[in-house]
Amino acid sequence: MDYTIIVFLEILRAISWLVILAAGLAIIFGMMKVINFAHGEFLMLGGYITIMSHNAGVPLWISMGVLAPLVVGVFGIIVERLVIRHLYGRIIDSLLATWGLSLLMIGGVTMVFGNTVQGVSTPLGSLSIGAYQVPGYNLLLIGIAVAMMMAIWLVLRFTSAGLIARATMQNPDMAETLGVRTSWVYMATFGLGSAVTGLAGGLLAPLTGVAPSMGVNFVAQSFITVITGGASMIAGTLSAGTLLGTISQGVTFATGPVYGDAALLLAALILLRLLPQGITGRIFRKSL
Amino acid sequence: METSLRTDPGFWFMTALGLVLLFLGPLFWDLFQIMQITQYVVLSVYVLSLAYIWGFGGILSFGQAAFFGLGAYTFSVAAINMGETTFPFVLAFAIPAIFGAALGYFMFYGKLSDVYMGVVTMVVTLIFWKLINHTAGPEYAIGDARLGGFNGIPSVPVLNVPGDAQAWLDPGQMFQVFMAILTLLYVLLRILIASDFGRISMGIRENETRAALLGYDVRRHKVIMFALGAGIAGMAGGMWATYQTFIDPNVFSLEMSAKALIWTMAGGVGTLAGPIFAVVLLQYLSLKLGEMHILNNNFILGGIMIVLVLLVPKGGLPTLRDGIAALRVRGSVRRSGTPGKVAPDV
Repeated sequence: MDYTIIVFLEILRAISWLVILAAGLAIIFGMMKVINFAHGEFLMLGGYITIMSHNAGVPLWISMGVLAPLVVGVFGIIVERLVIRHLYGRIIDSLLATWGLSLLMIGGVTMVFGNTVQGVSTPLGSLSIGAYQVPGYNLLLIGIAVAMMMAIWLVLRFTSAGLIARATMQNPDMAETLGVRTSWVYMATFGLGSAVTGLAGGLLAPLTGVAPSMGVNFVAQSFITVITGGASMIAGTLSAGTLLGTISQGVTFATGPVYGDAALLLAALILLRLLPQGITGRIFRKSL
Repeated sequence: METSLRTDPGFWFMTALGLVLLFLGPLFWDLFQIMQITQYVVLSVYVLSLAYIWGFGGILSFGQAAFFGLGAYTFSVAAINMGETTFPFVLAFAIPAIFGAALGYFMFYGKLSDVYMGVVTMVVTLIFWKLINHTAGPEYAIGDARLGGFNGIPSVPVLNVPGDAQAWLDPGQMFQVFMAILTLLYVLLRILIASDFGRISMGIRENETRAALLGYDVRRHKVIMFALGAGIAGMAGGMWATYQTFIDPNVFSLEMSAKALIWTMAGGVGTLAGPIFAVVLLQYLSLKLGEMHILNNNFILGGIMIVLVLLVPKGGLPTLRDGIAALRVRGSVRRSGTPGKVAPDV
């Protein structure tokens, strides 16, 4: 019985993990149809800000939950104004440019901080369930994933900002003629997506430590989650996260983490063969 | 837009340049220069794989490094096991090509759009990189070849004369073999592009729906092109392995994929010669900048990539060509009042 709970919690953690990693990317992709190839490096930046500010004396929760999203969000807005805004509607070019940005950021951070791993210890102790120990931080991650999705849903569904965002998502030209400044909406979206990614990076920092090239390790999982999810932000991220998280964690239990990753990719490839527009391209189409 | 090969001066110029370098190069260069130039040659073969499928088929692969690395590992493992290098070289083409065909089947028959395709190819590269990085233990061995994980495979055999495993090539001869491969590949690709198959590819590149409505099997066509590109990239990987006599998982790195994209963009999408010049120029540049130890190599690559996308989206050679054509038109209008001939494709 205890073991069943542990397995269940581990799968929940894997799902929440994918949701947290992919949320920022999904916001940007869902709204703007731009894939941010520098997503992994935005995570890395969030991680660095968390650890650097913590080392400078800021309490961990503040640097993780406030500073990291704030700085990465502002950084995202700057990037949007300088680069992305020139490339709307040119999907491939925006991919190439953000990839360039990712290399630039890896190189830049390496020049500033050097190519070493830095870390902080994981906060929150552990919880015992029967004979097993569960790290409290894992439970926190599950809680944050739920809160994150709830918050996005509430904003989109019940606020006027959400209404404008949804209008822009559905038909930018129509929204523009109705008086919505879509370029501002895009800027805000990119900033928000970046901020969420920064938060994810902050949450990541105590788990893995930070290094300039760390983004690479998470970028595949985030992309695959968003792509298999399809265009809807919440339903897509949740459904793909659940499916892929369960599969990869199941395989990880059976064989080991390396094959877990490979299984995730394989599952995604097969899924995309069947549903080329992602899960929400065919199922849950009208959802957010 | 493709002129006949016989009347295309660019084609003859490039072929002649290749042959001159092939025969005369080793007479004038010292050992260091030969090694350096051999590197450009290998990377040129690699960039041709992407320049072909992207420029002439509209297939943008973000994961050419997957095939490059697969070819490199295939060659190394096979050469260590067989003790000679001719058949492994064939395998370095064949296995990535087969893998490319399988992946291409999933992508093109799944009707994935460009964005999705880019991400899938990139993720495949990352998965390779992760898997191969985890093969450090002694249990990960294929025959006599230990994969070595992040330590890589040391002592990959040097090319030998076909049929005589003891007759190793010296660096000058290796350069000549590689240069011959590059020149031949350039000629074959140009012939392929000028053929009916190539015309259909370009039709698909311009308008997929129209090509499909005209009765061409777009999906099959793209799978063939993609597999061919994968095979060429794999062959380049094999050349890279034997050139360095060493490989590690970095052949699967994102940087390696990004480089192919940057070179192709810089040289000009839709040309074969442009990307080759871009390889030589940009590799030389990053070597010189790297020697100064001020700027990180990734930083430079990334900066170049952003600037290219924003400012020179067509790439170097086409921009240059358009510039020359515009000057000529202006000149001939001034002289005779009628527009002159536009420069042909290279």
